[in-house]
Amino acid sequence: MEPINWHSVFFMLFSLVACGFSLAVVLTSNIVRMAFYLVIALAATSGLFFLAGADFVGAMQIMIYVGGTLVLLIFGVMLTAKGPFINMKTAAGEWILATIVGGSLFVVLLSAATNVPSWQALDERPAEAQVTATRLGMALMGARVDALEEADPVTRRGLSGYLLPFEIVSVHLLVVLIGAAYLARPKKRARGSADSL
Amino acid sequence: MNIFTEPVGVSHYLVVGAVMFVAGAVCMATKRNALGVLMGIELVLNGANVNFVAFGSQYLRPGANIGLDGQLIALFVIVLAAAEAAVALAITLNFYNNHSTVDVDQADELKG
Repeated sequence: MEPINWHSVFFMLFSLVACGFSLAVVLTSNIVRMAFYLVIALAATSGLFFLAGADFVGAMQIMIYVGGTLVLLIFGVMLTAKGPFINMKTAAGEWILATIVGGSLFVVLLSAATNVPSWQALDERPAEAQVTATRLGMALMGARVDALEEADPVTRRGLSGYLLPFEIVSVHLLVVLIGAAYLARPKKRARGSADSL
Repeated sequence: MNIFTEPVGVSHYLVVGAVMFVAGAVCMATKRNALGVLMGIELVLNGANVNFVAFGSQYLRPGANIGLDGQLIALFVIVLAAAEAAVALAITLNFYNNHSTVDVDQADELKG
């Protein structure tokens, strides 16, 4: 009996949870349950990130995505979940069309994922584990310390770091925050429609 | 079973990413609640992130991985998805305040 590969066991666990709850998000029509299933699915993908060696990205997924973006979505759900908007069913014809298109897309992606020989599982595995936070931080400052011994001069020219995308994303976040705060400002109702919040 | 003794490769991660991507795309296409569409967008972005992290992992492909680039792209996708969710939620709440509904089937006029 071969020894159990615990990495694969945990991968199966996290991937079944992630895929299962992603499908549950699609199949349920209750908006509050969709939000909760999405929280579980994204937490399981964080586990997948840790298993692939991306510990910093996994931690950021939990902090930013689950703890920030999904909390924002749940705020939106709680503000708008009144009466008829909690359970909104889709017509059967739309489900059939979406299943056909989604199923064909999934078949294409599945065949592409499993038929490339260089993407199959390998038997050897590097022994040491690497902490990625330092390398990511230095790469964001412009110093690619993970590729110091790059021999190919053509590749060396492209290893200038990620300082420019970092600055662009920072300004983008500022713009988005100002824009969202302005869009969501309290304003007078134009006409008296339903009950006020 | 075989999967519990054999190592996991990039193709396994790509299958998971494909399931999440297709689930998100179907969610975006079929949900009538505007917040359901936003949840589909989050699922699509996470499916793509799983792919990026798998290609950048040195455990799944020791020789030919794209290294730190995959993880950095995944980080930028996470940050941009958070920003886009904030703006999309502000638009949705404005729509709800003006029309008292979050049904996207009722959003068929360009007049606010």
